[in-house]
Amino acid sequence: MSAMPLLTLAIWVPILAGALVLATGSDRNASLARTIALLGAIAGFVVTLPLAISFDTAVAGMQFIETTPWIPRYHVNYSLGIDGISLLLIVLNSFTTILVVLAGWKVIESRVAQYFAAFLVMSGLMNGVFAATDALLFYVFFEATLIPMFIVIGVWGGPNRVYAAVKFFLYTLLGSLLMLVALLYLYRASGGSFSLADWRALPLGMTPQVLVFLAFLVAFAVKVPMWPVHTWLPDAHVEAPTGGSVVLAAIALKLGGYGFIRFSLPIAPDASHALSGFMIALSLIAVVYIGLVALVQTDMKKLIAYSSISHMGFVTLGLFLFERLGVEGAVIQMISHGFISGAMFLCVGVMYDRMHSRQIADYGGVVNTMPIFASFLMLFAMANAGLPGTSGFVGEFMVIMAATKVNFWFAFTAATTLIFGAAYTLWMYKRVIFGAVANPHVAELKDLEAREWIFLAVLAIAVLWMGIHPAPFNAVLEAPVADLLQHLSKSKLP
Amino acid sequence: MSLTAADFVPIWPELLLLVMVCVILIADLFLRDDQRNGVYVLSLLTLAACAVVTVVSAGSDVSIVMHGMFVDDPMSDALKVMVYLAVGVMLVYSRTYIEARGMFRGEFYTLVLFATLGMMVMISANHFLSLYLGLELLSLSMYALVALQRDSAESTESAMKYFVLGALASGMLLYGMSMIYGATGSLEIPRVAERIANGQANATILVFGLVFVVAGLGFKFGAVPFHMWVPDVYQGAPTAVALFISTAPKLAAFAFAIRLLVEALGHPSLLVEWQQMLAILAVLSMAIGNITAIAQTNLKRMLAYSTISHMGFLMLGLMSGTVDGYGAAMFYVAVYAFMGLGTFGMIMLLSRKGFEADRIEDFKGLNRRSPWYAFVMLLLMFSLAGVPPTVGFYAKLSVLQAALDAGYIGLTIVAVLLSLVGAFYYLRIVRLMYFDEPTDTAPIVASAGARVLLSVNGLAALVIGIVPGWLMTLCQQAMQASL
Repeated sequence: MSAMPLLTLAIWVPILAGALVLATGSDRNASLARTIALLGAIAGFVVTLPLAISFDTAVAGMQFIETTPWIPRYHVNYSLGIDGISLLLIVLNSFTTILVVLAGWKVIESRVAQYFAAFLVMSGLMNGVFAATDALLFYVFFEATLIPMFIVIGVWGGPNRVYAAVKFFLYTLLGSLLMLVALLYLYRASGGSFSLADWRALPLGMTPQVLVFLAFLVAFAVKVPMWPVHTWLPDAHVEAPTGGSVVLAAIALKLGGYGFIRFSLPIAPDASHALSGFMIALSLIAVVYIGLVALVQTDMKKLIAYSSISHMGFVTLGLFLFERLGVEGAVIQMISHGFISGAMFLCVGVMYDRMHSRQIADYGGVVNTMPIFASFLMLFAMANAGLPGTSGFVGEFMVIMAATKVNFWFAFTAATTLIFGAAYTLWMYKRVIFGAVANPHVAELKDLEAREWIFLAVLAIAVLWMGIHPAPFNAVLEAPVADLLQHLSKSKLP
Repeated sequence: MSLTAADFVPIWPELLLLVMVCVILIADLFLRDDQRNGVYVLSLLTLAACAVVTVVSAGSDVSIVMHGMFVDDPMSDALKVMVYLAVGVMLVYSRTYIEARGMFRGEFYTLVLFATLGMMVMISANHFLSLYLGLELLSLSMYALVALQRDSAESTESAMKYFVLGALASGMLLYGMSMIYGATGSLEIPRVAERIANGQANATILVFGLVFVVAGLGFKFGAVPFHMWVPDVYQGAPTAVALFISTAPKLAAFAFAIRLLVEALGHPSLLVEWQQMLAILAVLSMAIGNITAIAQTNLKRMLAYSTISHMGFLMLGLMSGTVDGYGAAMFYVAVYAFMGLGTFGMIMLLSRKGFEADRIEDFKGLNRRSPWYAFVMLLLMFSLAGVPPTVGFYAKLSVLQAALDAGYIGLTIVAVLLSLVGAFYYLRIVRLMYFDEPTDTAPIVASAGARVLLSVNGLAALVIGIVPGWLMTLCQQAMQASL
């Protein structure tokens, strides 16, 4: 292991790059801001590569540990460390940031520096969330991500952006404030420690466990989002600019799933077992009901937003089956969803930039004018529908396998997504892409330019790679998942 | 009994300030209008000198001098330095503002410095009489400051309200103190505590006195249901004075609460009594402050309600009844004072002659006009809302932690939910600044000093938020060494 504080770099390089971008000031220096932003994003990604290269898959615990006292008064440490789960999410996050910068390259014309700075800062903060092993540090990063996202949705979003931004902020803040109470409670119960490792080992009675679990549930369920606290997501997605949607779907939603893995499950294992039926029910409702809701959407972004909620249902389902395949599947699903939903939103962005409409009805016959784009979208649509050979299949399949072991009907209900998912995605695809050229605007469309080509191609490779050869991902996950399940199998009741 | 030289060492800062106010008062008579800047500079230098004297003489011991009237302990040193800082920053922010409104006269500075002296006496009081004297010196200077713009009907009205209600509160305090004196036979704070501990005091009279004292304190803090004066005074007073009222005196009021409630009446039998009273004040203040603030269209009025809710949070720390809790409350009040400085500073930055910039709409589109100050205001608003990584979060965290430690789980949850309500109206300011187009397009005029200081103030909300440890530890140690 190298002596460099790699995790600190992964957090602070993007944030400092963001500050630098902000310093370029007004829109007169827009091209300079863009260049610095791209370099910053690439630098942010490059510093995460050594993490992936020198990561030891055999170790179950935390790696690349850094600890410095931060708030001595409350024994809070600036302590970082990652396991396989965090590693995948950190790399995914840093990678997505590059795509987001590319996606906003031309489209964003006003307050350019602020736009890119917000995304870079957010990227660093998200890395902080995934790397923090101290609960208060986690909370600070977790909450801080709200501020740039709020600004991004509100400033560069669509017509109803103000409503969406405020709804997004207050919804998530409500969740996290309850979590704060739980954190304070655990701090007290553990005799004055915010360390996640201490909390993991802390024996807790059933009532406190359930209360803590519920407080965490509110925070993370809003983030995931789980039915019925999902209603902020379609609003936020529809109004957000393309980059905002990509980061929301690809990264921000993962904070919820990650929170379950890091907090709810290890800290309150008995409550998790006791409430697993409830969690599974909520997940299945999300998978089926939200899948049906997606079917009737007329707005492409809204459709993908609902499809995201439905897919995230698999994550929570997988986690609460307490099966190795399920938990691994859940994490794989998170990563894969990051690629696929990111790609889908970027594709909608490509069309929106040309037509300034997200309505399915305004399109038709796009394949005639944008054949290359149509083929890319085809791949991502198939992946979204869970076609074998794409990354979308792997996670869902693993979760369904795990569900079969637990209860046939869980698996059966979850598997309906393969039908609904295919229905809403491909139906949208058909209406937008195929058919005769619907109107003169479509006839004037130009196919992908080099910049768009690059980010879609990179994502296509990622989706296929994960679909065809998921072994490296599983290898990274194996040890931490086994460790988590081992921990979950023991009661923490005193 | 006579005073020795040793009696005078701890009161050097007060003596220095007193002498300097007199010097400024006299010097002002001989200055022409174009030389008035001298008063401003001299006032700032005085504050700086007081700060130096206080810091140099600061130790970790508690010394009681002047026949038990005056105490010098780490808490008083820390709070005094914060007061100098708050007053100094306020003077810099308000320089352009008061000049544009014809208030740039010697009176403003002498009144401000007398008020500062009052606060210092309050902070260091070891005796009910010195406590009361300090409070009155502060209050009387304040009444005059609010009314300083004598042609403004609004200012006069709010000065009137402030005076009547303030006098009533002082009366209550005095009445409460007299009852405590009746019960214990002493006005000296340690003596009072000693008699109560020995069981020599009449419990009924003592509790009666306590009720009056808490009511008086409630007035001074502006806690519900004694808050009626706060919105009117904030709105009516010149912004510079509203800034002053909302910052430094809160530090003094905190010291006042510690001296009276904790040091004099901190015996466990009384602690339970005032804990319950403070709990009611805290919940009401947080609820009514936060909910009413949503409906405001005047920014100063909104900040007034926001202050009320923050005082509720402060009480949450005070009522925990532990040294940790008092430390948390001290941290909270310091952070609050410093955020108040910034927000009112922003209002003054945007205002100009004939335009107060005190409506919420006046902040519309600030990001278009000046991205930097919009960012500063953004940091301050998120800090007031208590969103990490700004310093306001740690302030909330520490009082919530103290309340939870004292076993008030329900109260903590209520406080957390009400702070969500609070986030809504702070967010509205951010929303207007960033998401809307500006209605006011005039360029921002302010002195270089105010610009730099305001930027530092805003950035500090973030930087102290990233490294909050030292300030927390400082407050904690000051409390531990003093109690």
